[in-house]
Amino acid sequence: MRVLNLAGRRLAASIPTLILILVGVFLLLQFAPGDTVDAMMAQMGGGDARTAEDLRRFYGLDLSVSAQLGNYLWRLVRFDLGFSAIYGKPVATVIAERLPATILLMTASLSFAFFFGLILGVIAARGVNKWPDTLISTVGLIFYATPSFWFGLMAIVVFSIYLQWLPAGGLSDITSTATGIRAVLDTARHLILPTLTLGLIFLAIYLRIMRASMLEVLNLDFVRTARSKGLDETRIITRHVLRNALLPMVTLIGLQAGTMLGGSVVVESVFSLPGLGRLAYESVVQRDLNTLLGIIFVSALLVITVNFIVDLIYARLDPRITTGV
Amino acid sequence: MEIVRAYFRSPAAIVGLFLLLVVIAMAASASWLFPRDPLALAGRPLVWPFTNPRFPLGTDNSGRDIAAQIFYGARISLLIGGVATVIAVLIGIVIGAVSGYYGGWVDNVLMRITEAFQTLPNFLLLLVLVAVFGSNINTVIIAIGIVSWPAPARLTRAEFLSLRNREFVQAGRTLGLKDLKLIFGEILPNALPPVIVYASVVMAVSILLESALAFLRLSDPNVASWGNLIGLGRDVLRVQWYVSAIPGIAILLTVLAVSLVGQGLNDALNPRLKGR
Repeated sequence: MRVLNLAGRRLAASIPTLILILVGVFLLLQFAPGDTVDAMMAQMGGGDARTAEDLRRFYGLDLSVSAQLGNYLWRLVRFDLGFSAIYGKPVATVIAERLPATILLMTASLSFAFFFGLILGVIAARGVNKWPDTLISTVGLIFYATPSFWFGLMAIVVFSIYLQWLPAGGLSDITSTATGIRAVLDTARHLILPTLTLGLIFLAIYLRIMRASMLEVLNLDFVRTARSKGLDETRIITRHVLRNALLPMVTLIGLQAGTMLGGSVVVESVFSLPGLGRLAYESVVQRDLNTLLGIIFVSALLVITVNFIVDLIYARLDPRITTGV
Repeated sequence: MEIVRAYFRSPAAIVGLFLLLVVIAMAASASWLFPRDPLALAGRPLVWPFTNPRFPLGTDNSGRDIAAQIFYGARISLLIGGVATVIAVLIGIVIGAVSGYYGGWVDNVLMRITEAFQTLPNFLLLLVLVAVFGSNINTVIIAIGIVSWPAPARLTRAEFLSLRNREFVQAGRTLGLKDLKLIFGEILPNALPPVIVYASVVMAVSILLESALAFLRLSDPNVASWGNLIGLGRDVLRVQWYVSAIPGIAILLTVLAVSLVGQGLNDALNPRLKGR
């Protein structure tokens, strides 16, 4: 219960942050050249000033900035994100359609990066300064320096064009009518390359942190005690060291959640996945500011949620965190 | 001197410095080796690398010399990395210093703002900034600097928190030094080394951010940037994959060089942490 209490308090503390973000971005968008109506008029192939004025009044764009901001925040309280003039649907609907792909991609990449980062970090730390460590650390450095979109393109060249093993984009095969398990497998096949692409840089970060934190914990007294009790090395690693070394890794998930969302913008564009990131890109290009603001709200919510979950995991891994308050 | 010797003890740091010097040399010699505009038409489009001695790295979709674009791109990447990092670190230092030194409500307010910046995915904020202020190379650089300051700010703040009650600061205070002088004259020099090391991370990330932006065609199309070239090459990826591959390798090596130098500096400045 205390865990929930603590995490709940952290969650409450993030509400001002959320409001700060929304107000900041809202005011920032006021500087944008041209508004949604201009973009719509351009799409319609132009029109007279009267129509533009009517449209502005319809979308509430003729009010003062503070009144618009007030309206926006008041609508948000009722979970109304406004209307997207470009898609002709409520923003909430547009985002809800795109959210699953992004969450799927992020979860897959995070699991991939966390799992392999953990394993490679442990291997590197156990053979510190020997060849496995040097090899893993070097590969990690190279992954860290690789632009993700470029890795994605090269992966498409190798695996989709030359070897033809994996699809080059999309979330599922549009020609297939498979259902059930076949459809799931099809989606999984489509997600392999995007997951690798997005996860690579995080894999590099996780393995570096895991290695460092393993080395730190391996030098602590309780590990020496465990060794002198005669426990075998595997048992020491899995039962004693790992749990303590995992703490910085878990912290990192929370810290990197935003970066990962940002990375998905690029990865979703490379693999033409129908996700939130690509929606963000499209709404920037199309000047669909309502949708953009909605995406920012949902992304911030997503980051806050991830951090809430991280707090819970954290407290579970290290009981001292809750008793310390 | 001791630090220089410690730096050169690590082979990785030497490799990093060498790569960085190569990139700098490329940037410096670009207009001397390729006097023509790198974005001007140079020959037939899509000439493969190593087939025509006039174009050692081939030409892109519109017949522009890839080698020239790579050399000029080194300039852009260093410019972006350098200037954006200076902007980010300067904002970070001022906010972190003020926040850590004064504490109390000032710290509270500033950390709230920092948190807001960290909660918002920085690439999304970058998209918004570019959408609002346009994608001129100067605006792109400033925008990258603006989205990258929170981490240096937190680092500076942490250093200031641990330093502000040390004896030398108290001594300065008893001597009647003004706050500004204490912050920037006394505490900051002691807080700076980790921030400088971290600047290499900011620089690496800035270069990657710009290339991602350029790939999405939201950066300045009128400069020879590596990201722009990758974005262009995407259209001919199926056969002429080298158009995208070559600038990608250039980005990879540059970012690698910057990170290796940063790590080498870190190990040289904190010898006890070596091997972590």
